[in-house]
Amino acid sequence: MTNPKIKKKDRALTVSWIVVAAVYAAVFAAEQVISPNSMLFTVLKKGATYALVAVSMNLLNGFTGIFSLGQAGFMLLGAYTYAIFTIPLEHRSSVYQYFNGGVVQFTLPWFLAMILAGLVAAFFAWLIGLPVLRLKSDYLAIATLGFAEIIRAILQWNQLGPVTNGSNMLRLFPNFNSFNILKADGSVAVYLSTTVPFLIAGVCIGLIVLLLHSGYGRAFKSIRDDEVAAEAMGVNLAHHKQLAFCISSFFAGVGGAMLAMYQTTVQAKSFTTAMTYEILLMVVIGGVGSVTGSVISSFLFVACSEWWLRFLDNEQFIGDFQVPLLRNGFRLVVFSIIIMVVVLFFRRGIMGTRELPDVIRALPGAVRSLPEKMRARRERRSASRKEAGR
Amino acid sequence: MWNTVFPYLLSGISVGGQYALIAIGYTMVYGILRLINFAHGDVFMVAGIIMVYMSASGMPLWVTIPLVLILTALIGFVIERVAYKPLRSAPRMSVMISAIGVSYTLQNLVLYVTGGLNKTYPTIPLISQTVTVLGAKTKAVTLVTPVLTLVLVLLLVTLINKTKIGMAMRAVSKDFETSQLMGIKINSVISATFVIGSFLAGVGSVLYFTNYPTVIQTSGAMPGLKAFVAAVFGGIGSIPGAVIGAFIIGIMENIIKGLDVILFKSGVISAPLGLSTFSDAFTFALLIVILIVKPTGLFGEKATDKV
Repeated sequence: MTNPKIKKKDRALTVSWIVVAAVYAAVFAAEQVISPNSMLFTVLKKGATYALVAVSMNLLNGFTGIFSLGQAGFMLLGAYTYAIFTIPLEHRSSVYQYFNGGVVQFTLPWFLAMILAGLVAAFFAWLIGLPVLRLKSDYLAIATLGFAEIIRAILQWNQLGPVTNGSNMLRLFPNFNSFNILKADGSVAVYLSTTVPFLIAGVCIGLIVLLLHSGYGRAFKSIRDDEVAAEAMGVNLAHHKQLAFCISSFFAGVGGAMLAMYQTTVQAKSFTTAMTYEILLMVVIGGVGSVTGSVISSFLFVACSEWWLRFLDNEQFIGDFQVPLLRNGFRLVVFSIIIMVVVLFFRRGIMGTRELPDVIRALPGAVRSLPEKMRARRERRSASRKEAGR
Repeated sequence: MWNTVFPYLLSGISVGGQYALIAIGYTMVYGILRLINFAHGDVFMVAGIIMVYMSASGMPLWVTIPLVLILTALIGFVIERVAYKPLRSAPRMSVMISAIGVSYTLQNLVLYVTGGLNKTYPTIPLISQTVTVLGAKTKAVTLVTPVLTLVLVLLLVTLINKTKIGMAMRAVSKDFETSQLMGIKINSVISATFVIGSFLAGVGSVLYFTNYPTVIQTSGAMPGLKAFVAAVFGGIGSIPGAVIGAFIIGIMENIIKGLDVILFKSGVISAPLGLSTFSDAFTFALLIVILIVKPTGLFGEKATDKV
């Protein structure tokens, strides 16, 4: 006899896979059809980048219960590592114009550079984690925030210029548009500049989900729920916290590399604490402890701030009536008020702690198999019979 | 040597005093609510912006400055009532996220009002004039700040030790629930804390921005973080600790800003190293060291100082 519970789960999972595959197919199709200058693709690319970073932050803040605010610092490390190792040799002299072309005189393929970006971020996370992870909640937050600021200062230091280009911009490295497959005459044969970022983010988020479902993931959640109880059950606190911190930073580093690709230029001064706050707000809006929530809210956040609320920044007329208050910056005011409302009144965010399969399972009858429905009816009937017999 | 170091020392003391005024707000709020009020630095910035608009409206100085201080205090009060009070029973992380949300909102509001432009801070006649101290030229505000800071701190300490509301504050910071059972009106005590903290941040803002030509929506973030570090350094919850921490951080930061010049003139280095990049980073390095070595800060153990 098959266990109906497992079967039900399998179905929801299958449907989730279909949903995800459909999203990817839609993105790929849209990219071939719609003009590449459309705002849609800006949002999708940036959204995919932030989705990965938000999920990596959620792994730490939502699943392990470590309130870290160092995300921007690790993204910065990732972005710089990626950029430094992928700028083509012929451009180095112009990028590093104040430093005689820099000291790094080789390039790595983007894929390796991206992994290296993650590894560098993870290595620094390991170093930082040694002292910092002993601290408690808000002290940990402020210490990680401090580390992000220190990293930012070090990368801008002029003495490191031959490697980091000092406080100058890094540019001309391969970006998302390099993924497009070109014809011989230089026109684009297949657009991949949005699909590939989606794939990268998708694979990374998939890895995080796998991790969360493993024994490590359960250990992380147990630390979040009760440190003392977790320790009593044999979870090595220091080891697991360090692990979560490094893994989260690894993916933040990869996310940083993606951000560099999205922006096409990198400069250390833009990776401020404000960036960390923004990512944290994405996590909160999506639901602390939900991967799906972080992904959805990242896209919503980016779409609202870059696209959908844009009209608020320009003067609008309804007939002859000029709508008051609308001018540059009003979009952000409205947006912050929405965020405050979510933070104050919808503290569970969009998803709470639910994931995509949970949502599908909760849909009324949508994925329930026929035998399951019959079983449910039978149970209800027998329950009412018992009630009547009493 | 002394002639090279002295100007940096002087501006360090001045900046330290300004950080101290902000740090008191952090330390008092943390002492009572156990909350890092991330929005405090932005309240400080908003005070600067209000001052810009007030003086643009042409009111005389003796009207604008008190008005700015009152408005800033009011903003602190409103923020607490709107953003923190509904979350009184929520986990600490939610309140902290709310504080980050408020910081985001304040910055965006100011961005909207100013259009994201640098606003020139008005010159305040008495404290903006240049004076010469022991051969170093500086603004009068450099001398006014430490004195004013100490006077305000003494007043505050008297308030906390001698008055009824001060006693209530001390009780609440010791034990939130018990003091509630003893009939202390928690909400008014917390509001009072926010009003005092914001008022002092307002004073700090008038002094701070006199040294800097312009205000923009992000100019509160860094001083805010540094003042918080000062509060942690001195032992969070302790007012004297926050003040001493702020002076130490202000001085160190300015010495590092001038370290290249100092080392160069004394012949230690032959070319500038660009060490001034680290003036901000140093503050955070200090924070991490203190958190690891002595997490309670310099004066953290003295529970009687807690507010």
